[in-house]
Amino acid sequence: MNFDHTKPIYLQIIDYIKKQIIGGELTIGDKIPSQRELAQQLKVNPNTVQRAYREMEAMELTETIRGQGTFIVEKKQLLEELQLEMAEALLKNFILEIRSLGYDDKEIIKLVEKYQQKLGEELS
Amino acid sequence: MIEFKNVTKTFGKTTALDHICLSIPKGKIIGILGPNGSGKSTLLKMVVGLNKANSGSLSIDGKNPSQETRNSISYLPEIDYLYSWMTIQQAADFVKSFYRDWDEAKYKELLSFLELKPSMVIKKISKGMRAKAKLLLSFSRNADLILLDEPLSGIDILTRDRIIETIIKDYRAGDQTILITTHEIREIEGILDEVFFIRNGKVALNGDVETLREEHGASLIEIMKEVYSNENSQW
Repeated sequence: MNFDHTKPIYLQIIDYIKKQIIGGELTIGDKIPSQRELAQQLKVNPNTVQRAYREMEAMELTETIRGQGTFIVEKKQLLEELQLEMAEALLKNFILEIRSLGYDDKEIIKLVEKYQQKLGEELS
Repeated sequence: MIEFKNVTKTFGKTTALDHICLSIPKGKIIGILGPNGSGKSTLLKMVVGLNKANSGSLSIDGKNPSQETRNSISYLPEIDYLYSWMTIQQAADFVKSFYRDWDEAKYKELLSFLELKPSMVIKKISKGMRAKAKLLLSFSRNADLILLDEPLSGIDILTRDRIIETIIKDYRAGDQTILITTHEIREIEGILDEVFFIRNGKVALNGDVETLREEHGASLIEIMKEVYSNENSQW
């Protein structure tokens, strides 16, 4: 994994775990690597990984069981929640950017529908 | 904790450190960054006790640098300090004879991790391998304080990766302190907790790396360019 060094690394580690859940590589109840393993794997400071794990625990994405390791929480809606969270982040960016081009919200919806159709044709 | 209070060090007419004040916390990986000639190496050598301040004071966990503080420091100098006729094993035995915190199991493990052999003769191996051999000897001790002076200088990219991995491999976060001086920031961006940018013998900027990234919206390299933008120094 390559980090964007203009943003805090611990946040990118959290995103990395979230993307693995969305991508299906990790699922609820799965054990994630130990902090030491992940630090070595990603070649980052163990203190930074520790911070990411602390945050994930606080946001109830993971839980740590003493002596056993850190696990993705057993929560049915977790996947949908994460999908929605990421979709919202993408949409926010998209809407802000396209508004700055001078389109109003109705025009944006039309543009999206038109482009969805175009993309559909291209892909089929 | 290491504390420099108003420390000045001159070599003849050259001022290496100029009333520098900084306090280095325990248990973190700290980058001392800056272009060549900014005073980074002088700073490390003072911690080891190889350079003495002209004025000001320096304390390590509340003590003046002495043989006692020296015993818990593992120092990797920038220069080739190993006797070139020795084998890696002889160099290891040499270091072992000086320090009680030598860890034989760790030495064996690192030998294979760094792809070195005890029988290799220092003068017959490549520069990259010599860099790894120096690292091997520094990290085979369970020192509380590890000082690395330009550990990546002149080393190829693959070897650099291995050196970075070695630094974080057995790192005891919160307990062990590692000070790294370098002007090659790209590779070590990810492993630093805190940085001190040194300019003309003074601290130009310092702070927690993640916080600096957040505040500047920039990588350490970009921040460094900002810090030194008024100069024509090269790094």
